[in-house]
Amino acid sequence: MPHDHDHGDHDNHLDPMDARVRALETILVQKGLIDPAAVDAIIDTYANKVGPRNGAQVVARAWTDPEFAAWLARDATAAIADMGFTGRQGEHMQAVFNTPDQHNVIVCTLCSCYPWSVLGLPPVWYKSPAYRARVVIEPRAVLAEFGLTLPVSTRIRVWDSTAELRYLVVPMRPEGTEGMDLTALADLVTREAMVGTGLPRLPA
Amino acid sequence: MNPPDAPKPGARPFDDPPFEEPWQAQVFGLTVALNEAGVFDWPSWAQALGAQIKTGAPYWQAWLSALEAVLAERDLALPADVADLARRWHEAALATPHGQPIRLENAGA
Repeated sequence: MPHDHDHGDHDNHLDPMDARVRALETILVQKGLIDPAAVDAIIDTYANKVGPRNGAQVVARAWTDPEFAAWLARDATAAIADMGFTGRQGEHMQAVFNTPDQHNVIVCTLCSCYPWSVLGLPPVWYKSPAYRARVVIEPRAVLAEFGLTLPVSTRIRVWDSTAELRYLVVPMRPEGTEGMDLTALADLVTREAMVGTGLPRLPA
Repeated sequence: MNPPDAPKPGARPFDDPPFEEPWQAQVFGLTVALNEAGVFDWPSWAQALGAQIKTGAPYWQAWLSALEAVLAERDLALPADVADLARRWHEAALATPHGQPIRLENAGA
């Protein structure tokens, strides 16, 4: 064995990242800059409470309420806040509506800016270098890898999110959903549909 | 170009958890709490995170390096202090019987 590795009782090796985070937290608590309970509450919110169901409710309402849809198009920050979903970092929201002529996709080429209040935290692929770099250059090919092939006549517009301005894609309402209620409609709206890498599910 | 974390079609659960390890959740929570306390605004955070992501480091490792950088710039957590405390956390972990919570007091002086 190249290493004399002890597999006895003292097995508690901390991951180096874990130790660095603990070190930062120790310093920040000592300086009174953070309250551990507030940190726990933030983690719980984003790990368990805020997610794409919020955005799905916004989309379902926009599909069924033309006045709300117009408000969402005009001032998405206010329309989304009206549903109780507000950003924590003072960011503005813009809703981008898919049409037969234009399909919208969101990305953050700098880092991982994402509409947390309506979609929760971004999935791994959204943060990946491959997605961030390629979707602006060859969106059609990237969407095809997600299983989404759009008509050639549909223009693809890519919106680059920032810390101050984040986008929500409002997909087109699928056919055959007339008469469905808000809850049933929201169930069709996937996270990918609201990022633009997918379409809503079709009614069963 | 085919990085290990490239998007793969299909098989993406709708509700995949945002964190793979507890420390990732913790460093995220610290960052949001500091922003809400007014220590830095979100645009400057995004710049710092973007700069670390550009190095090619894995995402949450880049996030941690960005937080260390913004705190060092503001003289709120100096790298030498962070390194020293991280070493003590390692010692505390080694001194803690398996299955018990790790406390900094368990580290040697």
